[in-house]
Amino acid sequence: MKLTVNGKVESVDALTLRDYLAHTELVDKRIAVEFNGEIVPKSIFSETLLQDGDVVEIVHAIGGG
Amino acid sequence: MSNTLKVGSYTFKSRLLVGTGKYKNLDETGRAIVASGADVVTMAVRRTNLGQHPSEPNLLDVISPSKYTLLPNTAGCHTADDAVRTCRLARELLDGHRLVKLEVISKSRTLYPDVVETLSAAQTLVKEGFEVMVYTSDDPLIAIELEKIGCVAVMPLGAPIGSGLGLQNPYNIQEILDQLSVPVIVDAGVGTASDATVAMELGCDGVLMNTAIAEAQDPIKMAEAMRLAITSGRLAFEAGRMPRKRYADASSPEAGLIK
Repeated sequence: MKLTVNGKVESVDALTLRDYLAHTELVDKRIAVEFNGEIVPKSIFSETLLQDGDVVEIVHAIGGG
Repeated sequence: MSNTLKVGSYTFKSRLLVGTGKYKNLDETGRAIVASGADVVTMAVRRTNLGQHPSEPNLLDVISPSKYTLLPNTAGCHTADDAVRTCRLARELLDGHRLVKLEVISKSRTLYPDVVETLSAAQTLVKEGFEVMVYTSDDPLIAIELEKIGCVAVMPLGAPIGSGLGLQNPYNIQEILDQLSVPVIVDAGVGTASDATVAMELGCDGVLMNTAIAEAQDPIKMAEAMRLAITSGRLAFEAGRMPRKRYADASSPEAGLIK
């Protein structure tokens, strides 16, 4: 299955969004996730099923003015 | 100072708001922010680098959301849609926190605010329940529109972002102050302490700055200078300055002079 994550196409072997984030070691980090244009609350990461072609944005806080 | 800065549903002790960009490292960022005495600290929202250093320290570990009011910005957004998406992500990132700094920047070398996109994003964000502090030009008509839309603070530039030129049009800032009832915070353009004081003496409710502190030779010392400058400027505004006169007016009485 292919996902577009932060603008890059990735081959992913994961059932849910939580599985994918656990694999990338991000699941417990201070991040926010947009899934196909909609915000996904942390509480439903494990219920969010991945499908071929899904578009994911994962963001965090950095320094800025 | 007895008085506080009220922005939307928030109350702050300090009238200095500071950014977290351009510092050498997170340690310097943290120390500068402590020295500034600021309650409100801005941050940016960016894509996470996947697969690289997942254990790297995070800005939110240094600037704890329990200690400071984080003000996520939409810096780098050139359209209303991107700014709105960024605010939604920020709200999720900060556990439902509704205060945001809206800025929609043109792609020009001036980084001047794109007020058309800014007005559109402000409308959407206010409808979605965000408390919007909005970066804008020093055009009084746009400032009035942004207040009408429901922004909780209007933040005109003093000069272009990162320029350090100081307040270029104090008459426009004064006009905005006269016309608006929401807080007016000068955002961008301050270069050194006196620039911040000038803004506060005009009656601005606060000043937001980043580069003036981060790019000083000694950012920690400059952060303290800014804290004092904001306090001094506010006190001078409250005290009410003497009128300007064209000619001298002797300080010592004429009466009783020896002959």
